[in-house]
Amino acid sequence: MKKGLMMFVASIALLLSACSRDTREKLYVYNVGEYIDREVLNLFEEEFNCKVIYELYDSNETMYQKIKAGGTNYDVAFPSDYMVEKMIKDDLLIPLDYELIPNFQYIDEKYKHLPYDPENSYTVPYFWGTVGILYDQSVIKEPVDSWSVLWDDAYKGNVFMYDSQRDSLMVALKLLGYSMNTHDIEELEEAKQLLIDQRPLVYAYVTDQVIDNMISGNAALAVVYSGDATYIMDENENMNYVIPKEGSNIWVDSMVIPKTAQNVELAHEFINFMQRPDIALMNTEYVMYSTPNTETLKMVADQEWTQNDAYSPSEELLATLPMETFRDPGEFIKQYDDIWTQVLAAPNRR
Amino acid sequence: MVNKWLSRCYLAIMFLFLYAPIAVLIVFSFNESKSSGKWTGFSLHWYEELLQDSQMQTALFYTIIVATLATAISTVVGTFTSIGIFKLTKKTKAFVLNVNYLPVISPDIVLAVALMMLFKTLKMKFGFTTMLLAHIMFCIPYVVLSVLPRLYAMNPNLAEAAMDLGATPMQAIRKVVIPEILPGIMAGALMAFTMSIDDFVISYFTAGNGVTNLSIEVYSMAKRGIRPTVNALATIMVSFILVSVLISNNLSIKKKREV
Amino acid sequence: MHESTKRLSYPYIVWISIIIIIPMLLIFLYSLIDPSDGNPMAFRLTIDNYVKFFSPIYISTLARSLWIAVWSTLACLLLGYPLAWVIAQCHPKKQSSLLLLFIMPMWINMLLRTYAWISILGKNGILNNILEFFHLAPVDIMYTDFAIILGMVYNFLPFMVLPIHTAIAKVDKNLIDAARDLGANNRQVFSKVVFPLTLPGIITGVIMVFLPAVSTFVIPQLLGGGQFMMIGNLIEKQFLLTGNWYFGSALSMILMIFILLSIWLMKRFDSDGQAGGALPW
Repeated sequence: MKKGLMMFVASIALLLSACSRDTREKLYVYNVGEYIDREVLNLFEEEFNCKVIYELYDSNETMYQKIKAGGTNYDVAFPSDYMVEKMIKDDLLIPLDYELIPNFQYIDEKYKHLPYDPENSYTVPYFWGTVGILYDQSVIKEPVDSWSVLWDDAYKGNVFMYDSQRDSLMVALKLLGYSMNTHDIEELEEAKQLLIDQRPLVYAYVTDQVIDNMISGNAALAVVYSGDATYIMDENENMNYVIPKEGSNIWVDSMVIPKTAQNVELAHEFINFMQRPDIALMNTEYVMYSTPNTETLKMVADQEWTQNDAYSPSEELLATLPMETFRDPGEFIKQYDDIWTQVLAAPNRR
Repeated sequence: MVNKWLSRCYLAIMFLFLYAPIAVLIVFSFNESKSSGKWTGFSLHWYEELLQDSQMQTALFYTIIVATLATAISTVVGTFTSIGIFKLTKKTKAFVLNVNYLPVISPDIVLAVALMMLFKTLKMKFGFTTMLLAHIMFCIPYVVLSVLPRLYAMNPNLAEAAMDLGATPMQAIRKVVIPEILPGIMAGALMAFTMSIDDFVISYFTAGNGVTNLSIEVYSMAKRGIRPTVNALATIMVSFILVSVLISNNLSIKKKREV
Repeated sequence: MHESTKRLSYPYIVWISIIIIIPMLLIFLYSLIDPSDGNPMAFRLTIDNYVKFFSPIYISTLARSLWIAVWSTLACLLLGYPLAWVIAQCHPKKQSSLLLLFIMPMWINMLLRTYAWISILGKNGILNNILEFFHLAPVDIMYTDFAIILGMVYNFLPFMVLPIHTAIAKVDKNLIDAARDLGANNRQVFSKVVFPLTLPGIITGVIMVFLPAVSTFVIPQLLGGGQFMMIGNLIEKQFLLTGNWYFGSALSMILMIFILLSIWLMKRFDSDGQAGGALPW
């Protein structure tokens, strides 16, 4: 018994040390799940003779807490727009040396110098997209072009909302014609009332579940992220995606180097590598989110799955609609939170 | 007789209830499509991918190591602690037991953040050690909670008798008390292992720097849809466990026949 | 046992002081800090975080979480007791295998298993396909309270079965026979002999199911479709989303108080204080 235990401990010690014996340079990459073609990591390891230690997080918020706490050495992370702004504010990011990232030239000018990083000194865009309505054309015959369809009694119990306070409030605020970054309590109260009125119609508030549900046609309407919409439409041809006329959220996820980085040089190489057109192609084909890389875009432009308003909405469309990007609300987030808590405290459909 | 039939039936229904989702998992691990929203055809694609996924293998490795170590340590510590608690004065006993409840009753996120702060204050680097310590922290209470009722139910004269017959307290514990409370210890160990293997939030906030576990992998996928490679892994785990249970069952039956 | 055996618990006392009590004190301290002060070094003590809780929204959130947890625990008890009984009647060798088989699903990630339930219960899911095959009317239980309770029972049932089984297994068969000899019928044997003897196991089981049920939010979110805020969810949001650790800490303290209160209530049924971790009151 005791011998067995000793053997067990010894073998674990051996295994653990075997894991750390790799003498190659290490790069700690911190990304949200299912947001990369893992083959890319192998290619990078081969090309730069290093070991990529790839770790996952489930949301911008958990990533932020983890990086803020310290005690870790993540070299590259992938925050969304508003989170980039928050991280810059909190001094958690290292300014990038764009000399080391020549592939930055391929990034479409539209995704540079955005409000969250006005000087564009911390970020290289990774993916971008919009939020819109995905609807089942076999159920909904009338044209869909407004958020108001989500309030239509005819589709009671047939609506998936996105289970996130800011995304749901965005829908209501946009329908009312307000900014989704509003700091006006009155406007938020109006949006709250609208969302409470909508509750009896909503089937469920979900995040990733919307994908499987819409693929199997469990509801007729859903608020979705464009990248997920691209994938759903690829699997279920009855579905169509539309960016409502009241405007919506246009978002960008970026690559950044947090202050926890130990290997800043290699991190730059990695970011550069990720925007090499052939690598960005692998990623966009795998994840099905829209690439900001102009060269890569040309390569996928004639593929069937990109022919829609989810993957590649037309320039005019985006230019004419009142699109916005989320900003970090700072302390005001507590107001958003209170409003959303009140929405969920209201009675629902059953 | 009717009674026996009825209880068999009930057992079967409960088994169906517990294993139906597992069966679904297994079926979808052979699905061609990435989505579990529809069945598009049989494929071993996800198993091939699992073989190449070094990330998933690392996660599996850490999951098993941490769960095994945390279970072993908490079972030993928890058992001896329970025996010790049993003899404490009423006040100290109440104190220890109440504190023992805290990890069980606090929401995971609270423990996770609190531990993160503690480890940070102690200037520990997040990784294997911090995650293991955290797991031991929330596993021991379950062992104590399972072992104590057994101790209360035990005839206290047994140990006394052993010592009257010349056994040292340690011998009495080893030869008399532990065999007596063994079912409680096993139940506690099972519980600890289960809690450790399933934990996400605490692991997430106390691990880091390349150390991760399966729960972190799975929960992180939840934002963009779960990849069937984890279904494939789950299928392998289920088959492995089922086979070992069957083998051990067979062995014990054989042994009995030989006797 | 010898008095000196109490020394065996000393290492654990040191351990819990460091790894449980200090973090908990930190949480308690946080719950008393004024959130409006940006600087945690120059904090001001206040009970505002607790006062904030006493608004209808937050109270209803807690009440709802407690309500769902009570129903789930009850369902677990009603399903789990007979189950533990049936298992305890099997051959001892078979018992351990059966118990292991009941625990085993829990070693597969909870999230994965819960997602599988979504495939089963969905509108066009497996269950409705089966019903359709038998020409039965489809059911719409996904994203309802029923789905939440089903998910909780599914996930927490083993926590109920294990302690009850332990308790049943050690009931002396002679006692039951003696009761029968004295003319007790089945119901009397159960209510006068078996039930009182297994009560400590029941209480431990109830506590072990109730605790995770009240603070979980993954199951309500996935199977309940995020229709309602749960207390666990609310607390998580304070720590992650709004960064209001102070209010989050206060909420956790309140939740803990409620849970301790519930445990205390349950313990009152158990006059001998035999269930795991007897509380002092």
